Amino acid sequence: MRGHLPVLPLLLTLVGAMATPIVALVAPRAASGLAVGAAAAAALAALGGLADVLVAGPRRYALGGWPGPWGIELVLDPLSGFVGVVVAGVGTAALLAGAGGARRVYGDAAPTFHALALVALTGYLGIVASGDLFNVFVFLEIAAISSYALVASGGGPGLVAAFRYAVLGTVGASFYLLGVALLYALTGSLNMADLAARLPALAQSPLLTGGAALIVVGLAIKMALFPLHGWLPDAYTHAPSPVTALLPAVGTKAAAYALARILLSVLGGGDLPLAMLLAWTGAVAVVVGGVLAARQQDARRLLAYSSVSQMGYIAIGLGLAGTSALAGAYLHMLGHALAKGALFIGVGALLLAGRRPALAALGLGPRQPVLGACLVVAALSMVGVPPALGFFSKWYLLEGAVAAGQPGLVGAILLGSLLALVYMYRLTGAVWFGESGALPVAATPRPVLAVLVVLAVATLGLGLVSGPLVDRILIPAAVLTTAAAGP
Amino acid sequence: MTLLLALAPALLFGAGVYLLLQRDLLRDVAGMILASNAATLFVLATGLQRGRAPILPVPDGTTASDPLVQAMALTAIVISFGVATLLLSLVYAVWETHGTIDQEDLLAAQTRQEQALDREERPAP
Repeated sequence: MRGHLPVLPLLLTLVGAMATPIVALVAPRAASGLAVGAAAAAALAALGGLADVLVAGPRRYALGGWPGPWGIELVLDPLSGFVGVVVAGVGTAALLAGAGGARRVYGDAAPTFHALALVALTGYLGIVASGDLFNVFVFLEIAAISSYALVASGGGPGLVAAFRYAVLGTVGASFYLLGVALLYALTGSLNMADLAARLPALAQSPLLTGGAALIVVGLAIKMALFPLHGWLPDAYTHAPSPVTALLPAVGTKAAAYALARILLSVLGGGDLPLAMLLAWTGAVAVVVGGVLAARQQDARRLLAYSSVSQMGYIAIGLGLAGTSALAGAYLHMLGHALAKGALFIGVGALLLAGRRPALAALGLGPRQPVLGACLVVAALSMVGVPPALGFFSKWYLLEGAVAAGQPGLVGAILLGSLLALVYMYRLTGAVWFGESGALPVAATPRPVLAVLVVLAVATLGLGLVSGPLVDRILIPAAVLTTAAAGP
Repeated sequence: MTLLLALAPALLFGAGVYLLLQRDLLRDVAGMILASNAATLFVLATGLQRGRAPILPVPDGTTASDPLVQAMALTAIVISFGVATLLLSLVYAVWETHGTIDQEDLLAAQTRQEQALDREERPAP
């Protein structure tokens, strides 16, 4: 059983996705429970996988019994184990919080939403688990196609947003595929470990430079790195609330993971000029995303631009490629997934309760203190106030930037926090002190509140234990991705 | 043959990008299909090797054509087919809801809506 841990999370979500619509024919009410159960089982399996890595070391799993480099390999190591737990865990929370909303938004079609969401989760978990470049492309597209459908599922302006998302996403995927084809032409291999062993001897080849550039651009579109973020604000603004609980929290993280894995451990990109370019692009993303977020009137658009800013932090960490910068980037994936998940779930709950999305109309006053408090905790994590997780991830990033002797990046990280303070205050201030307190507000459903409390407690609690978390899991993960780049 | 297989993806990709930059959503879909097929053709081109059918055992001294690129191309074709279907159904849904598939018109309608929302919800001075 333990030998199958790398593939188990994917199988659980995939089987859940196929079973949900069938069960819905017989028992519509049970279907959403089944979907959440499948995601929760996948999260437990991912957690088990991470624990297994810590005890027994990395595992390579040959799909179908064909060993690498010919067969497709799944790889379970500290990095993929950690990101897998983040994706499956936050995904489960989002599905649980969105279940009630899905019944209201979609009515009888709610099982279809759950099936699509589980397919998207399968794609994300597959990106994380895979050890094969072409297999990553397939999973990227599985996740992307179901995401396009999810964004479009609300109709109205979401349709146009989904169309733009689909066009840009497919352009990104085509770039990635062209890059993979160049690397295959160079080496005749698609297996990541095999490529990592063969590429250093071919470092001077123009095919490698071209392939690396195409792959990085393709994945940068998928992770919405400024200035390739064009699809993200519209998609997250116009998607229905149950969808915005899921996609913003986990979607871009999986692409960021793929970038980390391929750029650093396959291409040995820590030494390429490409890496420094990535770090500086991230710095610009942090600042521009923050400024744009601070100017928005729509709560969801504000959160979307804040995602652009926060993905910039991850890009800075990946570009610096030092041990503590990478640990910071990986920790930021967790911190941002938890905080952005909580913020979108909270705002989505207010919208489902009949509020308009404009900041000026969001006012709630102190009538729902639990919801308001959870939003504040998530906002503090985005700003980077201790002991929330966001503080520690930015701390490691700062340490990495100082160690690399890059005062410009240090400045961008600090400026980004200041901008986060501005836009997060605008949001939480609007919720707590807004003027439309006279309007009635339906109570937030209990499962949604429970999920919000869990996410907020996790943000604070994991912040407090982030020391051991970084030492035991993230430093090995960072060493893993830098070690392959050479001495 | 090599030159042909180098030029064909380039031409297809160029035509695809040109179509992608048009205002009409249907042209965008056509551009998308061309661009992803260019990528598929490029994958095929990377494994260009004449030889026998790749069925084991391959006799010594003979070359077999590369089966892996064909498997990859087949997968990529299926994926781009799926995306094309989804895009076309999206275009149809956009036409049904908005009555137009011209990007400029859609953008103008969206801007008008957002301005109306802003005016309505800004607190009175």
